[in-house]
Amino acid sequence: MTWEVVIGLETHAQLSTASKIFSGAATAFGAAPNTPASAVDIALPGVLPVLNKGAVERAIRFGLAVGATINTLSVFARKNYFYPDLPKGYQISQFEIPVVNGGEIAIVSPTRGEIRVRLTRAHLEEDAGKSLHEDYHGMTGIDLNRAGTPLLEIVSEPDMRSSDEAVAYAKSLHELVRWIEICDGNMQEGSFRCDANVSIRRPGEPLGTRCEIKTLNSFRFLQQAIDFEVRRQIAVIEDGGTIVQETRLYDPDRNQTRSMRSKEDAQDYRYFPDPDLPPLAIDRGWIERVRRDMPELAPMRRLRFSATSREHLVELVKGGAGVDLSEMSDQVYEESNPALQASGQRPTHGLTLADASALVQDRATADYFESTVAGGADAKAAANWVLGEVAAALNRAGIGIAAAPVSPAALAGLLARIADGTISGKIAKEIFDAMWASGARGARDADAIIDAKGLRQISDEGAIERLVDEVIAGNAGIVAEFRAGREKAFNSLVGKVMAASRGKANPGQVNAILRRKLG
Amino acid sequence: MSDGTLAALSRRLAAREISSVELVAETLDRIDAHQKALNAFVTVDRDGALAQAKAADAARAKGAAGPLAGIPIAHKDVLMTAGLPTTCGSRMLADFVAPYDAHVVEGLKRAGTVLVGKTNMDEFAMGSSNETSYFGPVRNPWDLDRVPGGSSGGSAAAVAARLVPAATGTDTGGSIRQPASLTGICGLKPTYGVASRYGLIAFASSLDTPGPFAQTAEDCALMMNAMAGHDPRDSTSLDRPVEDYTRRLSRSKGARPLEGLRVGLPREYFGKGNDTEVAAAVQAAVAEFVDLGARTVEVGLPAVDLSVPVYYGIAPAAASSNLSRFDGVRYGHRAARYDDLNDMYRKTRAEGFGAEVKRRILVGTYVLSHGYYDAYYVKAQQVRRLIADDYARAWRECDILVGPTAPSPAFRFGDKTDDPVQMYLNDIYTIAANLTGAPAISIPCGFTRAGLPIGLQIQGDYFSEAAILDVAHRYQQATDWHARVPRIAAAE
Amino acid sequence: MTLTLDQVRRIAHLARIEIDASEADAVHAKLESIFEMINRLQAVDTQGVVPMSHAQDVSLPMREDAVSETDRRADYQRVAPAVEDGLYLVPRVVE
Ligand SMILES: [Mg+2]
Ligand SMILES: [Zn+2]
Repeated sequence: MTWEVVIGLETHAQLSTASKIFSGAATAFGAAPNTPASAVDIALPGVLPVLNKGAVERAIRFGLAVGATINTLSVFARKNYFYPDLPKGYQISQFEIPVVNGGEIAIVSPTRGEIRVRLTRAHLEEDAGKSLHEDYHGMTGIDLNRAGTPLLEIVSEPDMRSSDEAVAYAKSLHELVRWIEICDGNMQEGSFRCDANVSIRRPGEPLGTRCEIKTLNSFRFLQQAIDFEVRRQIAVIEDGGTIVQETRLYDPDRNQTRSMRSKEDAQDYRYFPDPDLPPLAIDRGWIERVRRDMPELAPMRRLRFSATSREHLVELVKGGAGVDLSEMSDQVYEESNPALQASGQRPTHGLTLADASALVQDRATADYFESTVAGGADAKAAANWVLGEVAAALNRAGIGIAAAPVSPAALAGLLARIADGTISGKIAKEIFDAMWASGARGARDADAIIDAKGLRQISDEGAIERLVDEVIAGNAGIVAEFRAGREKAFNSLVGKVMAASRGKANPGQVNAILRRKLG
Repeated sequence: MSDGTLAALSRRLAAREISSVELVAETLDRIDAHQKALNAFVTVDRDGALAQAKAADAARAKGAAGPLAGIPIAHKDVLMTAGLPTTCGSRMLADFVAPYDAHVVEGLKRAGTVLVGKTNMDEFAMGSSNETSYFGPVRNPWDLDRVPGGSSGGSAAAVAARLVPAATGTDTGGSIRQPASLTGICGLKPTYGVASRYGLIAFASSLDTPGPFAQTAEDCALMMNAMAGHDPRDSTSLDRPVEDYTRRLSRSKGARPLEGLRVGLPREYFGKGNDTEVAAAVQAAVAEFVDLGARTVEVGLPAVDLSVPVYYGIAPAAASSNLSRFDGVRYGHRAARYDDLNDMYRKTRAEGFGAEVKRRILVGTYVLSHGYYDAYYVKAQQVRRLIADDYARAWRECDILVGPTAPSPAFRFGDKTDDPVQMYLNDIYTIAANLTGAPAISIPCGFTRAGLPIGLQIQGDYFSEAAILDVAHRYQQATDWHARVPRIAAAE
Repeated sequence: MTLTLDQVRRIAHLARIEIDASEADAVHAKLESIFEMINRLQAVDTQGVVPMSHAQDVSLPMREDAVSETDRRADYQRVAPAVEDGLYLVPRVVE
């Protein structure tokens, strides 16, 4: 009999604020120990928390992006426990009423196709400090730089059925938080980390006892930890044992999970509303302002990139809504869908779905592409170049697209010269490399290189005819072979004409003139 | 000269009849002379105080003196004072030096006051007798065998003995008003949120309120002008227009200055629980109010009887959480010997906290624990609202509420230490104002035959500090209870 | 609701306060009398009453997201029981 795996994730996304959630200390990574640790962060007697508006705004942005409810009144609570990296002896978090409830994340499951993972909630809280276990005379060192860093804890429903789905969900969420710029997504630095709740059951039966695997900070570890944990649970049950609800830690060196806290020390967090913090009120007006400033999200952008017209876009969005909207007119639907309304004002590009998907992998790439098109480039050509030459060059240089030395305007300038026949595609690649090496930000930078290197394509009929005549005269043997019916000999002659022009002759014209002359 | 009121000293300093240096030097001598008997201070900052006095005199010479420039005051040792020890009356913080000033400390500094020292208190502000201080009990200047009340007992004793004209305190369940009552001075607990809690070592966050001690209502108003004000560092500090708390005091009202005032007498405050001499003194005060033109209204505050159990469902819970930061890691006491991390925590906290503090932490931990939270904590917060509702109804019928501040005068050391519940009941009349957050003042209204002071509590609706102070001021114009000085202070 | 000695031990553990065997009974007795007093609340009908967790009915003020703090480590660590290389030292933490 088979086992069904049930997985829910709790993800901690570090919010990209300049200062901490309840103090004015910097959130910068990598400072000397306990230097950006203010009186509030180290919990000196008498200090009090004051909430960072930037953290709340990022939570609102997240809620809007996943179609959740933003609670207009939410409550900060204290979660009490003793640990040396928790200076107050309690963590300020949200318990009964979080800032965000509900919402969903769409993912593609390798076995179940496109599915929606429901979100339970997302709540604001502060991070703890760090324990450094290097040997300080047998003691542990405590660094509180991280204490008070704002976190959004995003809790999913147990909607995932395999480690592949869990990874797809985590990746999709990771992409989203970066897309809406609430989290830098740096997993090595701990800015995005997942706890996985894993259980198994026979299909159709109620949920089994779950174990929580803490702090998985790479997609690979997430996958491996779940896979190990599933194997472990199956083995326990098939051996006649039972699963104990507990918190486990994944050890990547041994690729296994192990129990973190013993049962007899079961936690009692004694949550209660923090009396230092009155309820957080978020008024409708604020939510609407955040909504207005929201970037167009990846799924909508993908559809718009692939749509051929605005009407086509509305059709695509309606089709993907998951309910039958055939009764509703396009106009009414558009008015009811604010995301579509916002997108509808922007151009469609008629790309293949594959290209569109590749371009929306991250917001900077999508922006680069659209800026190139805005610079006058043909959408299909721009997509090919961004996903081809530009991506390859970035890869070689090991940098992100935001740091690309060739600006979208400069790339558009280059593509314009291909389109108008000034240069061939081959020459264009040469010019692109030169632009990349020297840096190119202006629309006319390509022209300058073309002129300086004399790479302007020869399209003058007479000049090409003269080159063709010279090649026919100087290669009687090859001409004879062609006349004897060897088509390959023709290509050889084209090559010779091109070589004589140092690659600048318009290849189409060369072809046509040569054919005509060889009659 | 240093036994004058704040207002009088302020006038004499302004008139250059005395200098701050002279005043502060005399104050320091008086503190030294009485410290052994009263134990009112934990720290006296002689050098710092004289330097501040010098600076105040210099500022005055330049015409840049604040309203309270050069006047010596003391802060309860629960308030952070930069560069000075701030112990909270606990072994846990016996060696702690504060790296910053509390908001009310800043305010009084800005007004020009000279900080002469930090006053003794019940450990972490938990107590009604000042017997829980790690630094030994404070003695009542009226009778050295008796308690001064608590938790702000050191500040109360210091003002009562005329060591300083005014001092700060904090009031979580009566910790300003009850000691003011037991030592025969004035103590105001303002509306919650009017004075910032920033720099006040937290006991019960939704109840803790800083306020002043002084000889007169007028002096309390002068102190409030420097202590009140919005503070963005405290999320419960209220952003309201700045008030002059003295603004109503000077207005003349003729022979019947309280004409039209409706004085509410809560039935629950006049029951059998009161000492007979206390009851008689309070009745006499009510008669005085009537003489001054007020009329009385009997009101009911039925839920107020539950104030003490409500308080013990709420305050220890908050305290158990607030005091978790005292773990021996970043500051404060750390046990010398331990086996491992948890043992370090357990021993540090067992050694660093006294019996009453530990008791309240345990009560609070239980109240919040799984399975009991609803029955205790939530229930107490619900009954708290019922009490607030009682008050809201009462304000429709009267302008102020009066009654005894405490059911009995100062008791003897050790009288209630074996029975915490008996000790807790001493705050039966003061706790409700902390639960609702509304203001209340205790002023002297008489003495027992044995010469112990009796306090009258005047409560008002939210933000009625100026009105309460005005009523108290009128009463003090007509009576002289507030001007009586204990023999120990008059003996010079 | 009566408080057992075992519960006292459990909350003492949660609160990280050592209670040695000789004082446990006395602590237990005092806590019992306190809870007897608090238990008076159980008789009150509070059906539908909204708990009042703050003294003022206000909402949470917020500050703008800006760095306002500077490094004061030296000041803050002057009162620390044990520090090295800027770190607070504690007995070894085992996960
Ligand atoms: Mg969690
Ligand atoms: Zn969390």
